[in-house]
Amino acid sequence: MVRRIDSGKLIATAFLVAFALYFLLPVVWVLIAATKNTSDLFGSFGLWFSHPDPIGNINHLFSAQGAIFPRWMLNSLIYSGVGALVATVLAAAAGYGLAKFPFRGRELVFSVVLGGVLVPTTVVSLPLYLLFSDIGLTNTYWAVLLPSIVSPFGVYLCRIYASESVPDELLEAARLDGAGELRIFFSVVARTMTPALVTVFLFQFIAIWNNYFLPLVMLSNQKLFPITLGLTQWNSQTYRDPGYYELVITGAAVSVILLCGAMVVLQRFWRGGLTAGSVKG
Amino acid sequence: MSAAVVDQTAEPAEAPRLRRRRRVSPALWFVAPFGIAFALFFLVPIGYAVYQSLFKTTSSGLGLTAPTRSFVGLDNYGDALSSSDFRSSIGRVLVFGVIQVPIMIFAATVLALLLESGRTYFTRFFRVSYFLPYGVPGVIASLLWGFLYVPATSPIVDVLGHVGVHADFLSSSSILGSIVNIVTWEFAGYNMLILIAALQGIPGDLYEAARVDGAGPWRIAWHIKLPLLRPAIILSTVFTIIGTLQLFAEPLVLKPLTTAINSNYTPNLSAYNQAFSNDNYSLAAAQAVIVALIAFVLSFGFLRIVNRKGRRAW
Repeated sequence: MVRRIDSGKLIATAFLVAFALYFLLPVVWVLIAATKNTSDLFGSFGLWFSHPDPIGNINHLFSAQGAIFPRWMLNSLIYSGVGALVATVLAAAAGYGLAKFPFRGRELVFSVVLGGVLVPTTVVSLPLYLLFSDIGLTNTYWAVLLPSIVSPFGVYLCRIYASESVPDELLEAARLDGAGELRIFFSVVARTMTPALVTVFLFQFIAIWNNYFLPLVMLSNQKLFPITLGLTQWNSQTYRDPGYYELVITGAAVSVILLCGAMVVLQRFWRGGLTAGSVKG
Repeated sequence: MSAAVVDQTAEPAEAPRLRRRRRVSPALWFVAPFGIAFALFFLVPIGYAVYQSLFKTTSSGLGLTAPTRSFVGLDNYGDALSSSDFRSSIGRVLVFGVIQVPIMIFAATVLALLLESGRTYFTRFFRVSYFLPYGVPGVIASLLWGFLYVPATSPIVDVLGHVGVHADFLSSSSILGSIVNIVTWEFAGYNMLILIAALQGIPGDLYEAARVDGAGPWRIAWHIKLPLLRPAIILSTVFTIIGTLQLFAEPLVLKPLTTAINSNYTPNLSAYNQAFSNDNYSLAAAQAVIVALIAFVLSFGFLRIVNRKGRRAW
């Protein structure tokens, strides 16, 4: 098919290219820097290769300090994966309950949850650290996992989605067929709400993956660190041993590749559930 | 009777009494698991922070006897607000927000409108590359931009130096702008995606009708898309305002690179240092509560202002 080139389209695309360069600059830089040794990091131009040795750097990264980096990756995955999964189930049930079952005080409950969206994380994380240290929960996986299963924004999205997309007739029909409420929820409702659930899961996954404050206050045992905490700890060592630069940069590159890969693959799932939430108003 | 049905609209009129009684317990079953977690890991800590901010722990000079805790009313709030360091940290994040919020919301809106205009090439590629930074944690984004700011490793400083521009991204006059840049880089694409989702929810026949009436793409963008995007833009703005007040990871990571950032640079850094360097949890709690109150006042203030002119947004 032959198409005429549209000059308006070209100008708009040129504008988008400029923005793409901006957004991709740090990513391109870190991918190149991750192939260099420490002296080339400081001695060569940042956006071009110099004695590239990506395999050597990655081997170094994965074996340094008793292979702690793969452990950090696994921890990040556990915190984000398990936390987001439980958060999604809780938010789905609560959103569905608030949407489909009228009860006294329902709007009050919903308002309190919505208010939760506006609360800064420090106000929660600092006192939570004190409470958890009283019962000996700090420095455990639970310290990061438990607070991560609460997603007020997830409840908000699920409620809106449930009230719009789960037909009352469907519930009535299932009840007439004799299905119990829990079974209806897990078989009928969960299926109908899938687009919203995927969105809530992804939001929460990224939110936990990116959260720095909570693990920072909760954890001091290196073996429990997520990637973010581990890399910043290595970064704080660079002033006494520049060899750490290589580890920090290669580690950052690996985590960027991981997440960016996931974003590209999952990108198309981000739409459905969001649409309902943001247009409704 | 706890089975009172408040909301009549969601209930078909012929709902028999029997079912009405049965209905209450499932609601509880569904809402309770989240409700318990929300109370334990959200409401209780907030309550504890408020409680703690009203007490002061004093230990004897030698630390031989157990520290004593006494009720001091609003003293900690007085201490927090009378500290010029803390006041200027609040001022700093407010200035930061005034610069960063409009820049980012404007960029996100323009990019969303362009990508959804159907008048660009490689649209999918651009959408992914703008959204990608959202998957990079704030601390790692700050590490990366830190390397791009430090002259020893920065290709930007190199290139600018070759054309005769001496760039210093870490001086006391430029550091705030450098942090604005990092935060914008992280979240512009995310906000863009939210706006794109909202745009995709606008029924296509609206555009069709406008086109039939002779409206060009600019007029459609201005008179149809932007007004319908309003709720989503407002929501993004509120979240961004709350986010800027919580600024923490970015200055913490950049701190070793410059003398322009001290340990009280933002309210959250200040609270963190009070809690973990000075062991003064009461003051830290008071500072955290003040940040939360400012977040509430600004969010609701903003919502009030935008809701007064015309339709309700949220």
